[in-house]
Amino acid sequence: MAKADFEIPDIENGVSVPAIKPGAMAHVKYHAASEAHLSKLGFPAKRVDNWKEVALAKMNELMGKYKSLKLFLDVCVKCGACADKCHYFLGTGDPNNMPVARQELMRKVYRKNFTLGGKLFGGLARAEDLTEEVLREWMTYFHQCSQCRRCSVFCPFGIDTAEISMAAREIMDSIGVGQKYTLEIIAKVHDTGNNLGIPKDALIGTLEFLEEDVKEATGVDVKFPLDQKGAEVMLIVPSADFFSSPHVDSLVGYAKVFHAAGISYTFSSHASEFANFGMFIGSYDNTKKIATRIADAGRELGVKRIVVGECGHAYRVAYSFWNTLAGPFDYLDKNHAVPTHICEFTEELIRRNALRLDKSANDEFTVTYHDSCNVARASRMGTEPGGQFEIPRNILKAVCNKYVEMDPEANREKTFCCGGGGGLLSDELLEVRVKGAAPKAAALKEVMDNQGVNTMAMICAICKAQFTKVLPYYDIPMEAVAGVHQLVGNAIQLGGK
Amino acid sequence: MSGLSPLSLVYVVLSYAGAAVFFGGLLHKLWGYAVTPNPLSIPVTPHPATMGGVVARNLINITLFADLFKGNRWTWAGGYAFHVILIAVFARHLRLFIHPVSPLLAQIQPVALLGAMLLPLPLIYLLIRRKAVDRYAWISSPADYFVLLLLLLIALSGLGLRFVNHADITGIKHFLLGLVMFSPVDMPPHPAFIIHFTLALMLAAYFPFSKLMHAGGVFFSPTRTMVDDPRERRHINPWAAK
Repeated sequence: MAKADFEIPDIENGVSVPAIKPGAMAHVKYHAASEAHLSKLGFPAKRVDNWKEVALAKMNELMGKYKSLKLFLDVCVKCGACADKCHYFLGTGDPNNMPVARQELMRKVYRKNFTLGGKLFGGLARAEDLTEEVLREWMTYFHQCSQCRRCSVFCPFGIDTAEISMAAREIMDSIGVGQKYTLEIIAKVHDTGNNLGIPKDALIGTLEFLEEDVKEATGVDVKFPLDQKGAEVMLIVPSADFFSSPHVDSLVGYAKVFHAAGISYTFSSHASEFANFGMFIGSYDNTKKIATRIADAGRELGVKRIVVGECGHAYRVAYSFWNTLAGPFDYLDKNHAVPTHICEFTEELIRRNALRLDKSANDEFTVTYHDSCNVARASRMGTEPGGQFEIPRNILKAVCNKYVEMDPEANREKTFCCGGGGGLLSDELLEVRVKGAAPKAAALKEVMDNQGVNTMAMICAICKAQFTKVLPYYDIPMEAVAGVHQLVGNAIQLGGK
Repeated sequence: MSGLSPLSLVYVVLSYAGAAVFFGGLLHKLWGYAVTPNPLSIPVTPHPATMGGVVARNLINITLFADLFKGNRWTWAGGYAFHVILIAVFARHLRLFIHPVSPLLAQIQPVALLGAMLLPLPLIYLLIRRKAVDRYAWISSPADYFVLLLLLLIALSGLGLRFVNHADITGIKHFLLGLVMFSPVDMPPHPAFIIHFTLALMLAAYFPFSKLMHAGGVFFSPTRTMVDDPRERRHINPWAAK
């Protein structure tokens, strides 16, 4: 078991609702963004002198721009249905990690400054000014929300804490208070086209290496083309797929699918990143800029379709926001969904019997599937609601002999976040990440102990990075983490049909 | 209004002021919800991809509290009982504001009376619930208890009016109809009624400024009311449109 200087939740018999422990996670702080990154993204380089006034003005502006924020600040009845639904609360017991209480951090400021009751009755209404201390609470607890939307599934009014935490981060950025991890990454994607800051030369080198690698393993010339004008498909993947493990194994899987289907595709060096961290900080402008970069790349390359790889929040942005932010995509073939998820693409080929698959290639794995939060609760695959659950499962059942479901109370629309989403995948937040992973780790452990599962497949780059890091704290080997297309890649038979 | 007693004059003014605050505040809030844009498509999925499906899902949610049922059965039981009984109580009171009373409304009066008699029970349950569970106690503010207590006092004073200090129901109806028809008449100087009526006016005036706005807000929630079709139909952000 990986060692930690904090207590690891006991998941042996599942995770039950903890007694509240006020302040349990108040000590966890993110690293502050640099002045260079703040100003690069259009925010003040350091905290402005009249920060309180600026923050309240920003809050007022956002309430006028977002129906969600305006409504959600008003209509919560504090019924508590969400109180035991957040993985960070279940893993830490800190009451400020109950979604309703996290929202209260902003709602109390709203009441104090924007409602009659709060102005007249202050304390009785639990109204509070945006003091230095409240700002500290915002910095802490709005970075213990992975914007996974699990709370909103159970809310009688559909209140989504993600909307509140995005707004809170936008307000903080607007006064020059920002988180290093997300801002640094967004700055990199604006500069280089990807989150890791990979220059074009390095990308070319990696893709060449992968071609050789696959050739050596299979004897087949599987291509990893870059900037190939006139290709049928532009494939956009999270940049982690180029360099991280097990991400890269899914990248090989995508390439094999294109090869086997005989459909030409290309990566883009201008837009070599699917992730869009602009959403995490609630920044419309930054989200749009990143999305537009991708739309421009596709237009430039003259492709007919855009297919996207395994990344959860990025799929939310692509599925739900691209059309608004960077559309219309009128240069693409109208017979295909924009974007098409790689799982939709592969599953259609499987249904058409266009892939030769050998399930026994995955016989060493007993596989379960983890629904990534943003795919599950903020997007769809196929034409039917819930296609985002069925399509990846259909693929897994087509490429593996041994497939097992986890507890549906911890999966599908009720899936627990990996604990690293929403811009929390940063080392200094490790304690939050490990504890927040407890509910999902417990669901996985249950099928590992009782049904012999040794592999959890998923379609999110952040989930993969997070789980490989935190599952060892629960005595689960990081090798249990796999991409869906990693398993597709194992099973796919190349060469003539 | 010249012939009114001083007490009646005060209450006629208070009634119209209360109604003005209630309806004015309500419309102001609802208007705000209606005109504030949804810049992005944000339904919580899985969610219907057609308007018909969205309407059906919301009807089920609003009539059965389906999402809350998913969230917590105990809270659902108390909350649902309270709201159903509240409808019965409204049906009970409607006869005081309408003349002549329709046969249907007359027929349901016994059921509505039974409902009214039960009203304190879910309220007491919801009050205890807030205290009994550490999570709910932590999130509950004085405002949350205030609403429940106010509703409980209204319910108890109403029951007192019916069973203890029996009021002149014809006089009350005259007074209320007079208010509705904008030709006020004297208010029956009946202590239990005055208490009940005062508390009800307080609730009406408090409504638009409180979490009670969930009653109107639920119809505007973007995560529930937007159609999940962003790939099929381009959602335009009004404030970003050039």
